[in-house]
Amino acid sequence: MADSKKDVLLDPLVNNNPIALQILGICSALAVTTSLVTSLIMCLALTTVCACSSASISMIRNHIPSSIRIIVQMTIIASLVIVVDQVLKAYAFEVSKKLSVFVGLIITNCIVMGRAEAFAMSNPPGLSFLDGIGNGLGYSLILIVVGTVRELFGAGSLLGYQILVPATEGGWYEPNGLLLLPPSAFFIIGIFIWILRTVKTEQVEDRDFQIHQAHRGEAA
Amino acid sequence: MAGKGKDSVMGTIGVALALCLVCSVVVSFSAVYLKPVQLQNKTQDRKKNILAVVGMYDPSESIDEQFKQFETRVINLESGEFAEGIDPASFDSRKASQDPADSIVLSGAEDIAGIKRRANHKEVYLVRNDDDSIRFMVLPVHGYGLWSTLYGFLALEGDGKTIVGLSFYEHAETPGLGGEVDNPKWKAQWAGKLAYGDGWTPEAEVVKGTVNAGNPDAKHQVDGLAGATLTSVGVTQMLRYWLSDDGFKPFIKKVT
Repeated sequence: MADSKKDVLLDPLVNNNPIALQILGICSALAVTTSLVTSLIMCLALTTVCACSSASISMIRNHIPSSIRIIVQMTIIASLVIVVDQVLKAYAFEVSKKLSVFVGLIITNCIVMGRAEAFAMSNPPGLSFLDGIGNGLGYSLILIVVGTVRELFGAGSLLGYQILVPATEGGWYEPNGLLLLPPSAFFIIGIFIWILRTVKTEQVEDRDFQIHQAHRGEAA
Repeated sequence: MAGKGKDSVMGTIGVALALCLVCSVVVSFSAVYLKPVQLQNKTQDRKKNILAVVGMYDPSESIDEQFKQFETRVINLESGEFAEGIDPASFDSRKASQDPADSIVLSGAEDIAGIKRRANHKEVYLVRNDDDSIRFMVLPVHGYGLWSTLYGFLALEGDGKTIVGLSFYEHAETPGLGGEVDNPKWKAQWAGKLAYGDGWTPEAEVVKGTVNAGNPDAKHQVDGLAGATLTSVGVTQMLRYWLSDDGFKPFIKKVT
């Protein structure tokens, strides 16, 4: 078990990325990455929820009855999500309008639940907090990459500033409409995983089954 | 497994109760504490939209200060008269449309905008010229698009026919497709179009594809949103409804 604080914090960034290796939290990664601003706020919201929920679950981990363990975790996560949603509505009104339902859906984000169950239930609060931050950052890394590509090539802007002037407004750039649609995030995440696993070959999974030797011979 | 441990029945219930208590306190505290700021945001956003739809919004100045040019009135939709008894500051037409005493249920054929209920009263925002005639009127409109009800403002000139602008402050249409109702370039097309044809028939519409400038109806039409036919139809139906006799027509005819 990675016990050093640095490992707990930084491992989820590349070596054990929640999206790229564990393929968790894909749903919101598709939905909120049409622009970089929404991606950033979503990252901040998820990291906060993930870190605080891991810490608070870890604090009471020795008192949680095992029969209602998941419900207890859900309740804590849900409460934190509501608090974050309220704060966004109060202090980042424009962005909260754009994120609309997706902040609420952090409750169902597999990363938050996954870290609570896999890490916070068996580790002290400080370490769980770092683990929450680390996984939040791992999620953020992917969202920022996807958000940058989608906003830059889908709308020709970054953080709302026009960089590539689209043809409809007198420039030369023909925006790629596909990138504004959720499926494009699948391609970008897929390419990201491909690159990551080419560099870090230990992340490549074993084949589920091997094609039988005889068939291979026939094919050849 | 009776006993005192955390996994006993009493222990489980105890932990569950304590947790619920703590969580509900946290949630209600944040909701109550942040409510004033959130409400403030909502009103500011509305005012900003009203200013922006007539092109009077200046980001460098305070929204409240600029909004003083507007006169907020509540009208009775059926008669088109100002409803003197209702304070515009506290009137909320969304709440009123849920109140059976102050709203009507729309039948299928009447309900072209897909709004189900309509309040009997509605707030309007007026800007007057120096001679007290109306320069702009901003009318709140809403209707169903593809996924959501779009809430917005339609601004007309004092003649009641020429559109100044149309903008939406709340909707959940697909970003990049139906969400393009927020695109400034698309919105700019509305300026100068005519809401009504001869004899006060509502004619403003979003066409499929691009407007053919040679068509005599082009003065009522704007380009459709590519890939968002249902949102475009929703916008047309919304305008048709709110410009009809069931909507603001009696009021518009009265003040022009």
